Amino acid sequence: MSLDPALRDAILKVVPSLRAFAVSLSGNVDRADDLVQETLLRALANIDSFRPGTNLSAWLFTILRNQFRSEYRKRRREVEDADGKYSERLKVHPEQISKVEFNELRQALTQLPDDQREALVLVGASGFSYEEAAEICGCAVGTIKSRVNRARRRLAELMSVSSPDDLSPDQATRGLLTGS
Amino acid sequence: MKTRNSNKAGTDELRTNVETPKPAKLNRDIQAKLGDQLRQMYNDVVSQGVPDRFADLLAKIDQPPADGGEKGSK
Repeated sequence: MSLDPALRDAILKVVPSLRAFAVSLSGNVDRADDLVQETLLRALANIDSFRPGTNLSAWLFTILRNQFRSEYRKRRREVEDADGKYSERLKVHPEQISKVEFNELRQALTQLPDDQREALVLVGASGFSYEEAAEICGCAVGTIKSRVNRARRRLAELMSVSSPDDLSPDQATRGLLTGS
Repeated sequence: MKTRNSNKAGTDELRTNVETPKPAKLNRDIQAKLGDQLRQMYNDVVSQGVPDRFADLLAKIDQPPADGGEKGSK
């Protein structure tokens, strides 16, 4: 099979954001890269169904999103069902969240329902419009908006922040002084 | 006759209102901060660029097929 070099370059340009989206969805870099690999293979196998001139990035994100939905979700449910330990490990007590690091945000993200997480990341980080996000997720624009709002509220709860100061690194120092 | 009986209760109520933080404003600040964190986390991955495995994958697919294939295999 041959691939138009221009199209190949265009796909390559989207790969970094695809990875970031995959990390946000799966909460794990290794699994994210597997997800990107599967997405690229699937995209190349179905390249004829991409209409030149349309939004390549949204097309690839759609494939990745569907791939995640079908496969990774199943896998995660298996892990969670094994025994309650997975979710137990992910549970972070408010006192422990002194310094917010990416890992903690990733963990909080994995605790959001899939539909809320993908909506939040697409709109809040990937920079897609509500309309594009709706297309990627196959739902109405209003649905995306309400999912993003719910995701934001839930994320704030999960991170257990009651004031913006809780997110500052200073809190870590304070925690060390008062804690344990 | 004038009565002042509600004065004290009124003051208490006022103080309570003053001491209650405004949830809407607070909420906006938290959301803004979380939004920044989310974008930072995302862009952190984006800035890692394209790992070799994906560049290789696309380069491999790009090789011209069948056309010269038969000549090559003699």
